[in-house]
Amino acid sequence: MSASDVLIEPTSHGVNILKSAAPILVGIALAVGIQFLLPSTVGPYYSRLVIDAGIAMILAVSLNIVNGMTGQFSIGHAGFMTIGAYTAGSITFYSSLLIWGTAAKHGSFLGSGEWMFVIACLCGGITASIAGFVVGLPSLRLRGDYLAIVTLGFGEILRVLLQQTGKVVDNAEIVRNAPLTTFATVPVGGAIGFDGIPKYTTLFWVYAFLAITVIFAYRLKRSSFGRAMLSVREDEIAAQAMGINTSRQKLLAFITAAFFAGVGGGLLAHESGVIISPKDAGFQRSFDYVIMTVLGGRGSITGVMLAAILLSGLPEVLRDFERYRIIIYAALLIFMMLSRPQGLFGIHEIWDFFPRSWKTLPWKKSPREEAQ
Amino acid sequence: MALLDIENLSVSYGSIRALRGISLKVEPGEIVTLIGGNGAGKSTTLRTISGLLSPQEGQILFEGKPIASKSPHAIAANRLIHVPEGRGIFANLTVEENLRLGAYCRKDTHEIRQDYEHALELFPRVKERLWQLAGTLSGGEQQMVAIARALLARPKLLMLDEPSLGLAPQIVQLIFQVIRKINAGGTTILLVEQNANLALQVAHRAYVLEVGKIEMSGPAAELANSDDIRKAYLGGH
Repeated sequence: MSASDVLIEPTSHGVNILKSAAPILVGIALAVGIQFLLPSTVGPYYSRLVIDAGIAMILAVSLNIVNGMTGQFSIGHAGFMTIGAYTAGSITFYSSLLIWGTAAKHGSFLGSGEWMFVIACLCGGITASIAGFVVGLPSLRLRGDYLAIVTLGFGEILRVLLQQTGKVVDNAEIVRNAPLTTFATVPVGGAIGFDGIPKYTTLFWVYAFLAITVIFAYRLKRSSFGRAMLSVREDEIAAQAMGINTSRQKLLAFITAAFFAGVGGGLLAHESGVIISPKDAGFQRSFDYVIMTVLGGRGSITGVMLAAILLSGLPEVLRDFERYRIIIYAALLIFMMLSRPQGLFGIHEIWDFFPRSWKTLPWKKSPREEAQ
Repeated sequence: MALLDIENLSVSYGSIRALRGISLKVEPGEIVTLIGGNGAGKSTTLRTISGLLSPQEGQILFEGKPIASKSPHAIAANRLIHVPEGRGIFANLTVEENLRLGAYCRKDTHEIRQDYEHALELFPRVKERLWQLAGTLSGGEQQMVAIARALLARPKLLMLDEPSLGLAPQIVQLIFQVIRKINAGGTTILLVEQNANLALQVAHRAYVLEVGKIEMSGPAAELANSDDIRKAYLGGH
């Protein structure tokens, strides 16, 4: 086989559909496994941490599409997340009130309540991506610091807007009989936050959505579309010279990243023990995700996932140090950035560090070897 | 009809006029070179043609159609391909990914494959380096990748900006041989060079640019023998 056969893989549709469905199926199987095995072995405290890490990974991997792959610097990712959280939260909250008369969790695993929650999360993703479009459009002419300032401003504006919203209406009768003007104030809780959202988020749903996010990001990185994003990061002028519409590529990066952020927000809103509030849109949370992408490495999906796990676990590990926790956390970050400024994995994925013999089945040649 | 027809083109960087009404033509199948000293406006000309700069005055016709107001990616999609100065390699992507990006605008899988093989035949060294990150290659190899990548767009007009810049003489020779071969295969080339001697050897026609104006033009062989040119650019006496 010559090198050119590697460039354009032969296509056989039946095999390809199976091949492309396989990772998703494996991911969902893993999610089922986590759902049914983990809580009974490690208890609710650690299960909760695993859920938090999963949501953090969804956010970090999606932000990585903009910051890592396309090379733009967005620090308003929590804004998109919060839009998704409020959208999904209000859908499940008010629909539950209208349909079942109460906002409590309805139905069991994969029951009707859970499906409503999934649809709500997807709607959260869609509204977030619309916001991504709106924010992305004027920002396209900006780069570097200026883009960062615009995205930062977006998060802060959103935070202030959410503080002005009206009180949650938590009575089914009132919701049914209320005139439409009640909803003009957007009853999602104002400054105190949106309390009472049914708690549907489980390990299964977090890890199923995470699997979809990661596989999507990986496929994107390998596709010609994703390569075009990488080329924008590498050299914008050269990318244009290749016929790549760099503005469109950046905008689409924004929109897709915002979609997954919105889904992640939906998951966060329905997590037990979490009350989403306007401050979630603020820059503190956005910064957490930026740190994860920087620490993970530019465009490295597995690196960013590892960083998300480390950084969401670290504050818990350091809990014993009480008030010195944040200082130690910051010092550790400084140390990590000094020792590995390119991030944990740099531009590589985790398997790039494995010996070659692990990567290919013994009877199969790697494309590299076949090309030679 | 000329493939590229530039008339009375003026470009400014702020208040500084970089090009003062230049006109030039590139006929299909030619190698045309634009020579001149530092700051003469050679790169500015290419950057304006490929849409990275917008002209104050004048028009640029490519295949008879005006392209002066189009965006760079739209111009590249018309197969007018610019290999920018400093090569513009995607350093953190593999050589193979760089080449694939060259064919970004094309859908004709079969022909892309042919062009890919052809480009690797022209540059065997690139073929050896396919799986390396492009940033780890030597300057000469990077220049080869940049040209090979441009070829994958199957250009109607290939614009090369200083392909000899910073390269060892042997590598420069090699690259210029390939430029000849590419042209022999039917690709029209607009070449910008500081190394006037070499440029005049490969080109059919040449334009001499000096502080934003075309001072002289004509068949390359004639210019190479002209006394003025020899004094100014070829180091002759």
